[in-house]
Amino acid sequence: MIMEQKLKAILDTHTKTRGTLITLLQQTEAVFGYLPEEAVGWFSKKLEIPESKFFGIATFYSQFHLRPTGKNTITVCCGAACHIKGADKILHELRSALSLGKGDDTTQDLSFTVQNATCIGACSIAPVAILNNQVYGNMDAEQVVKLVKGFEKEGEYTGFEYD
Amino acid sequence: MIEQQTVTIKVCLGTAGRASGGADVLSIFQKLIQLNGIEAQIDKKCSYTKVGCRGFCSKDVLVDVIINDQKVTYQSVKPTMVEKIVTEHILKGEPVADWLTKEDYESFQTKQHKIVLGPCGEIDPESIDDYLGMKGYRAAEKAISKMRRDEVIKKVIQSGLRGRGGSGFSTGTKWEICKSQADSTKYIICNVGEVNRPLAEGNPHAIIEGLLIGGYAIGSEKGFIYIRERYHLSVERLRLAITQAKDKGFIGRNIFGTDFCFDIEFSFGTEAFICGEETALMESIEGKRAMPRVRPPFPVQKGLWGKPTVINNAETFSNIPLIIGKGARWFSSIGTKESTGTKVFTLSGKVKNVGLVEIPMGMPFRDIVYGIGGGMESGVALKAVQVGGPSGGLIPASMLDMGLDYENLSKLGSIVGSGGMVVFNEDDCIVSITKFFMEFLQRESCGKCPPCRIGTKRMLELLTKITEGRAEYNDLATLERLSGLMKTSSLCGLGRTASNPFITGLNHFRDEYLAHVREKKCPAGVCTALITFSIVEDRCKGCTLCKKVCPAGAVSGEVKKPHRIDAAACIKCGACFKACKFKAIKKQ
Repeated sequence: MIMEQKLKAILDTHTKTRGTLITLLQQTEAVFGYLPEEAVGWFSKKLEIPESKFFGIATFYSQFHLRPTGKNTITVCCGAACHIKGADKILHELRSALSLGKGDDTTQDLSFTVQNATCIGACSIAPVAILNNQVYGNMDAEQVVKLVKGFEKEGEYTGFEYD
Repeated sequence: MIEQQTVTIKVCLGTAGRASGGADVLSIFQKLIQLNGIEAQIDKKCSYTKVGCRGFCSKDVLVDVIINDQKVTYQSVKPTMVEKIVTEHILKGEPVADWLTKEDYESFQTKQHKIVLGPCGEIDPESIDDYLGMKGYRAAEKAISKMRRDEVIKKVIQSGLRGRGGSGFSTGTKWEICKSQADSTKYIICNVGEVNRPLAEGNPHAIIEGLLIGGYAIGSEKGFIYIRERYHLSVERLRLAITQAKDKGFIGRNIFGTDFCFDIEFSFGTEAFICGEETALMESIEGKRAMPRVRPPFPVQKGLWGKPTVINNAETFSNIPLIIGKGARWFSSIGTKESTGTKVFTLSGKVKNVGLVEIPMGMPFRDIVYGIGGGMESGVALKAVQVGGPSGGLIPASMLDMGLDYENLSKLGSIVGSGGMVVFNEDDCIVSITKFFMEFLQRESCGKCPPCRIGTKRMLELLTKITEGRAEYNDLATLERLSGLMKTSSLCGLGRTASNPFITGLNHFRDEYLAHVREKKCPAGVCTALITFSIVEDRCKGCTLCKKVCPAGAVSGEVKKPHRIDAAACIKCGACFKACKFKAIKKQ
């Protein structure tokens, strides 16, 4: 029931702003943190657009998720400048620090989702990691793991020291 | 009574500035000065400004302290350093000499030619008054209220300005073709790519003004800013700039008292590299999968929702107010005959000074790397420079004296592309780099046309074979053939340029490819399948450090006796190689 209310609200905004399927999915992802299958089915019926159109878009763009994402997102930039300064190693150690299995991007307790970005345009401070909305530059594996450890207390971010 | 003095503190709050703690630095300055009542004590008026990126990001947070027009710049300012700057410099008038910028900052800045980046780092990007103070929106007023549409276009054509994003098409000509279309509804789109972020964050009003002038010139009433949602700070500052411009009446109905109306809307891009391609970008705005369209018809004829559409990037638009304001002749006096003006690059990789740079077109690569960039970091020699993102060509050290402009880049098998410039040194493996770019392009290929979809996949497989020592000489010929096919038959620029790193790499670094293929060796020691680590017994002191750092437990040995590496257990991470203080680990 609550789900339907939320979906209705999204659909109302969509109709009002004359949005596209992409903006509709972006709003859905913003509300739920991912794209629940029921949501896609519901929109498909209401708008009389086949579900395949929605999934076609959802799987084309890497910003959409078909499974629940974590409360916090940590993104490691893997563009060229970050790559030659060791982004792979950062990603590898971060994933192992969070005990992520092969193919998994989100921790079991849904506290973290790990992503890699192509290039975020902050090449001059490579390698770069983004925790939620905050960009951190000149990182190494140890510092990124430290960033994540800043959450240990009650799942809230307790800070990071610049050194 | 002493004359009233003024103190201005400018703190860099671009993406890099923020990442280095700039917001904390600014708030501590504010707190210390306000709480201690310093203003009253020193009888000086203090103001604080957040400014955009001034380029020298490797030394962020950069802070200017200006007392009565005497400006000094501090580098690498941490929140903990603020108190000392306030007490010694602002209170006692003695700058903290150790923390000031050094010669490298000077040479980094003076060797550039900043026209679009000029105001970034000087003005407050969140204040329209700052922009108006530097004659902001005067060019738009002049164009819209005093010039005919074709006069505006003629001026842009005369300036020689070419698109700063893709293939370098004449901006004015693009506008002219779009204007000449019969359809009365036209659109104009500003693409804000990753390299444009500092412009959007440092001087957003210039982009808005350029877009406004462009809209007027082609006869469009609707502009779009296409930007990734993830670029939060850029979005925030552009949004604020639009609101401020609307309040002043620069955007909306009857602009500058004329009958010209113009509105700007955001379109939030999704994460896909292909969206940099203009027809794919339009598909994305329309809410579809971003797959490029077949041309002709070109976007200027039939673009967004089938209407004539101009797409330029934020850097191109930032140049427009300058061309209208200062004149086409002024603009074309910068750069070379065919490539006028300047170009912004993010200089990154293995150079000393990394950051955002703006150079006059035609500047030799050598001057960029060794002049502005301050030379190579950690003394390892330069191997190649790559310009233009993942599908840019590799330019070898022997060709650094060529000037950077559209013509030379094309001759060198490269593109202006995204405006990234990465410097590689002798520790980087050309084959491995090429494979890395191909991995990226293969993943980002939209899948619409077979040459790109299948070609990038096959090329990646062959490059992987080379890095793993499984390749034969014939594989190089296959790669060359595939490159040619993709170049001539792909639907869009992604497929057509995807082979640039391979082709240029093979041309200039043939020996490195042959070493991988014939001798199964990686000269740079990067391709893990082709290297082995071993311990030189006479050098090993048995300090056990390598044993401690080895994550795979592959090192064995007793204290004070030579150690050994078990080749079967070694995962070739290189941890021992880095840790050893006696150079006893051999990498082959």
